[in-house]
Parts: sequence; C-alpha cells; structure tokens
Amino acid sequence: MTRATTTTVTAPVLRAHSPEVSAARARRWGAFYYAEQVLRVMKGYGWTIVMYGVGQPVAYLFAMGVGLATLVQANGAGAFGGVSYLTFIAPALLISSAVMTAANEFTFPVLDGFKWRRVYYGPHASPLTPEQIAGGHIIAVTLRFLLQSAIYFGVVALFGAAPGAWGWVSIFIATLAGLSFGLPLMAYAATIKEDRGQFAMVMRFIVMPLFLFSGTFFPLDTLPLGVRWIGWISPIWHGTELGRVVSYGYEEEPWLTIVHVLFLLALAVAGWVLSKRQFAKRMAS
Amino acid sequence: MRVSELASKESRVNRPSDDAPQYVITAENLTKRYGDVTAVDGISFRVPAGEAFGLLGPNGAGKSTTMKMIGGVSQRTSGSLSIMGLDPEQHGPEVRAHLGVVPQQDNLDEELKVRDNLLVYGRYFGLPMSYLKPKADELLEFAQLTDKARSKVDALSGGMKRRLTIARSLINEPRILLLDEPTTGLDPQARHILWDRLFRLKEQGVTLILTTHYMDEAEQLCDRLIVVDKGKIMAEGSPASLIRDYSTREVLELRFGSERNASVGAELEGIGERLETLPDRVLIYAHDGEAALEQVTARGLRPVTSLVRRSSLEDVFLRLTGRSLVD
Repeated sequence: MTRATTTTVTAPVLRAHSPEVSAARARRWGAFYYAEQVLRVMKGYGWTIVMYGVGQPVAYLFAMGVGLATLVQANGAGAFGGVSYLTFIAPALLISSAVMTAANEFTFPVLDGFKWRRVYYGPHASPLTPEQIAGGHIIAVTLRFLLQSAIYFGVVALFGAAPGAWGWVSIFIATLAGLSFGLPLMAYAATIKEDRGQFAMVMRFIVMPLFLFSGTFFPLDTLPLGVRWIGWISPIWHGTELGRVVSYGYEEEPWLTIVHVLFLLALAVAGWVLSKRQFAKRMAS
Repeated sequence: MRVSELASKESRVNRPSDDAPQYVITAENLTKRYGDVTAVDGISFRVPAGEAFGLLGPNGAGKSTTMKMIGGVSQRTSGSLSIMGLDPEQHGPEVRAHLGVVPQQDNLDEELKVRDNLLVYGRYFGLPMSYLKPKADELLEFAQLTDKARSKVDALSGGMKRRLTIARSLINEPRILLLDEPTTGLDPQARHILWDRLFRLKEQGVTLILTTHYMDEAEQLCDRLIVVDKGKIMAEGSPASLIRDYSTREVLELRFGSERNASVGAELEGIGERLETLPDRVLIYAHDGEAALEQVTARGLRPVTSLVRRSSLEDVFLRLTGRSLVD
C-alpha cells in the first residue's frame, strides 16, 4: 500500500520572544545570564586558570612542604599536631590560593566594568539589574574558586598531604574563604572612581600580611599577641583552621570551629550585600 | 495593552482624529538634578511609534541624561516618564526589554570575539541559542561585519565598532532604538554607512530616538526634533519647519579677517533680515543670498571670502541660543 505524503517546506521565521518574556526571564535568571558572560571571558584565559591551579600548588608544596619541611621537621613534628609539615601547610596553601585569586578577580575586573572598558554598562542597558550584574560576577568567580580549589586539592592529595576522609570539603572551605575576603573587596572596588594603585596597596599591605600571619606556615599561637590579632580577623586563618579540621582531623574546641564558619559567612554575606548596594548606587546615577 | 490605553486616553484629550498616533514615549516635566546642577530642566515631549525623533544640542545640554532616563538606567528627580505605557523606574527590566540602546561610548566586550558579543548580549534577554545564532549572523550581515565575525573586537576600526554596537542593540528586535551620539568620532564615510543602516531600520518601522550635536545628522535622520540647551527645550518641530520658523532661506557668510569681522557690522546694517557677527565670520540671513552679496559689494566692502548657502539647523541653534552647536 502506498501513501502519498505532502511535505510543506517553510523557511523558519526568526522571531525573538516578546519583551514581556525577556523581562520575566531576566528577572528570574539575570544573574546567571551575566555569569555566562564572565565565564566566556574567563574561557579566554582558561589555560592560565588551569596552569595556575596546578602549577602554584606543585611549586609551593614542593618548596615548602618538601624543601623547608626537612629543616622544620628536624625540630620535631610535635608543634604541628603530630602531622607532617606538608600536611600542616597544605590546607593553608589551598585557602591562601583562593584568597589571592579573589584579590584579583574582585578588583581589576570590577574597575574594568565601571571605568576602563565600562563592560558593565552594556548589560546595564539590557533587562538585567545592577544587582544581577554583581551577582553574575560573583557566581562566575565562585565557579572559578571551585574549579581551581578542586585542582589544588587533587595535587595536595597526590602529594599525600590530605590523609583524612573529609579532606575534599576543604574545596568548599577555600571557596567560602575566597568569597569572604573577596566580596568586601568587591564592594570597595565598586566605590573606586580613580585608579591610584589601590589594588597594589591591597596586595602589599593586606593580602601579604594576611598570608604570612594567618597561621599559614606556623601555628598562630607561636606569634606574639601583638600580631596574633591579624590572624583572628583574617579569612585565611579561619579558613585554614577549618581546612585542617577536615583534612587531617586537627583538634580544636567545637565552638571555635563554629566561629570560623560564622566569621567567613558573615564577611561573605556583608560583602555581598554591600557590593549589590554599591553596584546599584553607582549605576543609577 | 497599556500602550493602547494610554494612546486612546491621549487621543481623547489632544487628537480628536481617528488616526491618533500611539505614543511610545511620553515625558512630562522631566527633571534631573545632580546636587546643585540641573542637567534636565522640566522638559516635555511625546514620540509616536515609528518616528525618528532627535534631541539636538551642544555637549552638556542634557541630551545623554534624558536618554539614560528613557533607557531606564537613571532615576529622574521629578516629572513623569512613560515608555510603552510603563514607568521605567518601576518596571526597569520590562522597559529595557523593549529597547535597543546604542550608548555614546562603546562598551563592547573587547575580550570576546565579534559574534560572541552579540550572542552574550542576546542571552541577557533570555533568548535561546537556537534563535541567537542565526540572528547574530543576520545582524553581522546587516552591519557589514560578516567577515569579521571571528575577529576580536580590538581589531575593529571605530566605525566597525559602532556598527557592531548597533547590531548588538538589535539582537532582541526592539521596536524602539535609543542612539546617543551615534556617529561622533567617525569619519564621513563611516557616518554615511551608519546613516544608511539607520534609514533601513526606520523603514522597518523602528522608532529611533537619537541625540546629536551634528546638525547634518539631525537633518538627515530626524522626522522631528527638539533643540535642547542647558536642560531646556528651546524649540520643537521638523528640521524644515524649524529652519523656516527660526531662519531665512539662505545665509551669506562673509569673512573680513579676524581683525575686521567685529567692526564691519555697522557698515552691513540693513542688508538681509538679520546679521550675526561671529569671531571668525559675519552671517547675513537673507532670502536671496546672492542679492545680499551684491548689496555688500555695492557698499564698497570687499570680504576676503564669501559663501551663499541654505540655512541649516546650526543657524536655528545660533538664533535660539546665540551660540554655535560645536564649540
């Protein structure tokens, strides 16, 4: 039995959905739409991210954890809670790496968005809101933290420096630490009208001292009280201590663990709220 | 729906005829202050669908500020504003979803390729890739940038970047296009290409709102325009009617050398309808420029150069404000 079939070929008509649909989608998913843009830009330097993610831990773990460790451990491992020096510093390096990335991703690109190439003002004319543009930037950088920290943790594990079963949680701790340092910095970056080298100052006078005095290379309580406070206000210290708890079962008071989490969350949330507010304020003028 | 409600309401008030236009933009006493500075000082205008409407004025007149308020990115200090029947301050995303915006300064993403700039921008409207990919190609064709699709934005000339910005503004098929100084900084050839593209959009019924301080651009593109100075509307009408109302048919431009331009004024008294003395030249407004020139020479005056031309919006502006458009 044969059957005649008629096919009507019509050229597809290219029509955008209505403005109402655009607005409704943007209201709901706008931050993710902007995150997509940031991720596309990041893809352009994707290799740098991966190489940084792999190269930095390899260099640091080898230099500090293997080289320096031979000297440090000659004095006995007791000072480091009974674990090898490598295991002791690995969480600190992982957290510091995320914080240093935060110091880049939440500074120059923000000034680029507002001032240099004014990339924020493109999406600003679209249905997206300034708050969503801030949110999109944060989402994209958070994904970078996760990827970079996962790579970092992989290298740490290969060095045999994450003996505990919960070590992988430090990927999320590093991400949280990156946000808790980075988001207040983002709020500050969004207020900058003239570039007078403020970010270089942040690197030299905030990031570096935090990196050195946050119980990174030696326990914080070996420092005199006069500088110990640097650790207490440092996301790197709070993140590192948490990282040590999950990666090798470092023992500390449970309330202190809770303080670490709350401290990091509080800074991140405050930075998030301030960033969104500052973005809205700056773009509405 | 709200647009038609608005239009029908207005037609009852202002336009008793049946073919009353639907206003896509209505501004009443629109005002914007930055501290003590009043950038936009109580301006009112309406734009019907499909019109090419211009804001002509010098730098700092308040044109860009007005555009930002229409674009729903700057909050007004007072007055009312409605775009497609919506208040941009309450319905920012909805208003912006109707618009295409070409800002004064290009803000393309220079780290992305030409075509990716269009795709990414379309995503801000929640448009799917199945629509965006063919649409991006279509717009690159329209902007004569097809062979640059995979180039970095960095590699484009000023005119190409401008065309890409226009292509980007069209990704959501807006019915209203806002163009802030679209051809500033472009060479004459690039400007003509751009004007041609804008004409095509006008033919498709897109409402164009543009600011410019170029009188030729305003004359070429605008059906109707407002002349703005110091945040206020000085005059409103079509380019031809403005020239008719505020100037003569022709202008005689005379140069006597910078020393004499000012002093020669008295000797030219009575020639033409009006005399304007500028530092570099003297303008005589007359219906017949050649006849005016004959009168000048009959008085024994010998200008270094003389030129008879048609009146332009520049003359309208000079008449209204006593200043030139481009300083």
